[in-house]
Amino acid sequence: MNNSPINTNESKRKLSMDRSVAGRIGTTLPKLDVPLQTEPPKDLLRESLEMPELSESEIVRYLTQISTFNFSIDHNFYPLGSCTMKYNPKVNDDIAALPGFSAIHPLQAESTVQGALKLMHHLQDLLAEITGMAGTSLAPMAGAEGELAGMLMTKAYHQANGDKKRTKILIPDSAHGTNPASAVMAGFDVISLSTDDNGNTDIEGLKYALSDDIAGFMLTQPSTLGLFDTNILDVVNMVRDAGGIIYGDGANLNAVLGKLKPGQLGFDILHSNLHKTFTQPHGGGGPGAGAVMVSDRILPFLPTPVVNRRTDKSNNEFFTFASPEKTIGKMGAFHGNFGALVRAYAYIRTLGKQGIPKVSEDAVINANYIRSQIKGVFDLPYDRTCMHEVVISARNLKHDNGITALDVSKRLIDYGIHPPTMYFPLIVEEALMIEPTETESKETIDEFIDIMKTIAQEAADNPSLLKEAPHNAPNTRLDEALAAREPDLRWTK
Amino acid sequence: MSSDKNTGLKFSSPYTPNTENDRAEMLKAIGVNTVDDLFKDIPASYLNPELKIPDAISEMELVQEMEDLANLNSVPGEYASFMGSGAYKHFIPSIVNRLALRSEFMTCYTPYQPEVSQGTLQAHFEFQSMVCQLTGMDVANAGMYDGSTALSEAALMACRVTKKQVVSVFDSVSPYYRDVLKTFLDAPGIKIESAKDGNLKVNKNHACLIVQQPNYFGYFEDLSKLSDDIHNAGGLLIVVTDPISLGMYKPPADYGADIVVAEGQSMGIATSFGGPYVGLFACKQQYIRQMPGRIVGRTKDTNGNTGYVLTLQTREQHIRRDRATSNICTSVGLIALMSTIYMISQGKQGLKHIANLCYQKAHYAAAKINEIDGYIVHTDKPFFKEFVVSCPMSPKEINKRLLHNKIIGGVDVSNLTKNGMLICVTETNSKDEIDLLVSSLSEIITEG
Repeated sequence: MNNSPINTNESKRKLSMDRSVAGRIGTTLPKLDVPLQTEPPKDLLRESLEMPELSESEIVRYLTQISTFNFSIDHNFYPLGSCTMKYNPKVNDDIAALPGFSAIHPLQAESTVQGALKLMHHLQDLLAEITGMAGTSLAPMAGAEGELAGMLMTKAYHQANGDKKRTKILIPDSAHGTNPASAVMAGFDVISLSTDDNGNTDIEGLKYALSDDIAGFMLTQPSTLGLFDTNILDVVNMVRDAGGIIYGDGANLNAVLGKLKPGQLGFDILHSNLHKTFTQPHGGGGPGAGAVMVSDRILPFLPTPVVNRRTDKSNNEFFTFASPEKTIGKMGAFHGNFGALVRAYAYIRTLGKQGIPKVSEDAVINANYIRSQIKGVFDLPYDRTCMHEVVISARNLKHDNGITALDVSKRLIDYGIHPPTMYFPLIVEEALMIEPTETESKETIDEFIDIMKTIAQEAADNPSLLKEAPHNAPNTRLDEALAAREPDLRWTK
Repeated sequence: MSSDKNTGLKFSSPYTPNTENDRAEMLKAIGVNTVDDLFKDIPASYLNPELKIPDAISEMELVQEMEDLANLNSVPGEYASFMGSGAYKHFIPSIVNRLALRSEFMTCYTPYQPEVSQGTLQAHFEFQSMVCQLTGMDVANAGMYDGSTALSEAALMACRVTKKQVVSVFDSVSPYYRDVLKTFLDAPGIKIESAKDGNLKVNKNHACLIVQQPNYFGYFEDLSKLSDDIHNAGGLLIVVTDPISLGMYKPPADYGADIVVAEGQSMGIATSFGGPYVGLFACKQQYIRQMPGRIVGRTKDTNGNTGYVLTLQTREQHIRRDRATSNICTSVGLIALMSTIYMISQGKQGLKHIANLCYQKAHYAAAKINEIDGYIVHTDKPFFKEFVVSCPMSPKEINKRLLHNKIIGGVDVSNLTKNGMLICVTETNSKDEIDLLVSSLSEIITEG
């Protein structure tokens, strides 16, 4: 196999500083239209500034060229488990860019931003209704920040009750790394809970762990195994009876939209990654938005601000920012990632009550279809109906041919498909976590299944093909150990 | 709405391609009869709850509804705006959005698979490089949520580095940032002490001193002296800065800053009612393994060609879990990319020129406002593009009247200084706009 990359060469990898030519400009600026003022004090001024000097056309070509080195949802099937890489409606981008939304300043008088506040108020209500919770704060700027907000509310709730010895949070061993990290940032100690052979919470382990020093349980439903815990009611009741808060990580909310309201199960707090479930484009790692929805007893602790609606005598509505009575405080300088909120609102409005349940139904059908067709080719660590994603294992290929989940992933790139999430959850050997989402057609899924079968066959016939993959990406496999050993983190002369 | 018992709801949306036929075929292949057979793990009495949300609408109806909402807002641009306080209106060259909104940049995930994410990774590396060049620091991460959380993470990092549990914060740091700092630092039990200019009492218990330069009110602090004070006490200096000011002003590194954070919004990002923005985070080389957030490094592939990867990941939550330096997962990649394009586009000459335009126009406005009877501009310290005016009446009332003249006035800071209004002037404010502000402020006095 020819290993030479076809899309790139070293000259395309030159940085803007290396392309810089003294005297070139990338944009023009107006002349000074006020009389010249007194110079600033010299000792405050910098001696030099190293920045690129490139013409506009060069910048456009450079960045356009490197953009093509990316896989993206608009170009490629992107079944990256846990990340909900669904199609992002274009109209939502246009709407978020309307000057009435994009150009308003966060500190304008409330009377001048009633449209923005109204949208936020409606979105709060919609998210509370979809999740079955009592109220919403849109303030957290990402999923992990929503988790932190949730943990801070858990802490504040117990403290308000004078219950100060609750210093521990239970977290399943299948959870995302953000869960334990968020709990620790909120000042909790973490107790890891094991998962039973069926992929459910280990009830005996939970029984053993519960005591009067447990503040709450961070629970992802469905779990990161893509499985819905069949003991969920027992789990919720046990934790609540022990005085704990049930915190739902909404990372996998795409599995249950319109099908289940976590609030009805007894969840106290739930965050939603609006960028995943409600289509803010992922942008190479953000922006996100991590709205938190809560039950009645947690309402007073919501992060500030929330948007309230008032009406006057003539029934004119007026929307205002408000601070919940015992708020945990602010999560960012202003009121959350408004641009992402606009998109989430537009998405929910478009789908409405007919479309919202169909999202989860199709996501779950697509995942189970993959599971049913791939069975026997790859191992299924938990051979039961999955939800919106399916976790498979390449351990059979590793055993038979020495081929790993990494090799399968890199070979998928050659077929134009973004690899699934690899080696997660940590409790599954050679894990490949596949989340097709509802926005993929049966044809795309069928093609993916065929490719997975082909790759499994290649693993037996020609393992080096997989070991050396990818073959036609901008780079062959990159040396991550070198990068960590000798950090080269910025341009230098 | 008719529904089919076997396959669920009959409803078409442009975002879900599977037809009733597709669904039926797939369910058959899976080996179940109905779609709800796939949801049987959910307790039956909780399945398919009533959903009280509005009906689906068409794209056309959506656009109309959203335009109606947007039109309820008063938009800077149609108005002359002098509002800053941490969110700034600067001109955004077309290429920023045109390039960043390319599908390849916009609809990709975190670059966990480096071979198919080189565009994002190289752009992040550019971002880190230019943040270092602007701030003068050794290393930068790929971005934080916003300036305020970048500051909070910086304070937590200073506590990790120094193993101390008290931070000292100048009272001229943005009140919004201080609020967020409280949220982040209260939980792990870190004490926040407020410090005042001329009354600084840092000691060996302080992990860091936090100073904003230019400060929240637009003015320059005596950073050299403050740097000496905190370093002599054995703590770190954290500087919050405005990247636009760094086009002409001395970078925080020159004063000995250990960690520098900033709001990146002013570089090519719409104010968008407060977000999404991007926090800049840079520090000295020796602290890289204590940094929060994503970091991109340059490396080689198996053919010896240059490429980029996420690196030093053992600091991060997905590897280190409860022992990670932070729970942060995102780097707000798209917004960081926008500010990267902005920095490349403005370049060496543009960044200096914009800073100078802001300086000149703000000083012109300040001088003119100071000439009006009853208004006093604070000029005891040098300032950049923002300054405080003591007004003859409540800024709230003044702003209300300014709106009639199509002016969005400055931010009301009367809670911090009597009848204070914090006015911001950037390159986007023409002389005509400034003169209109001045004449309007003057009229308000005459009207009484």
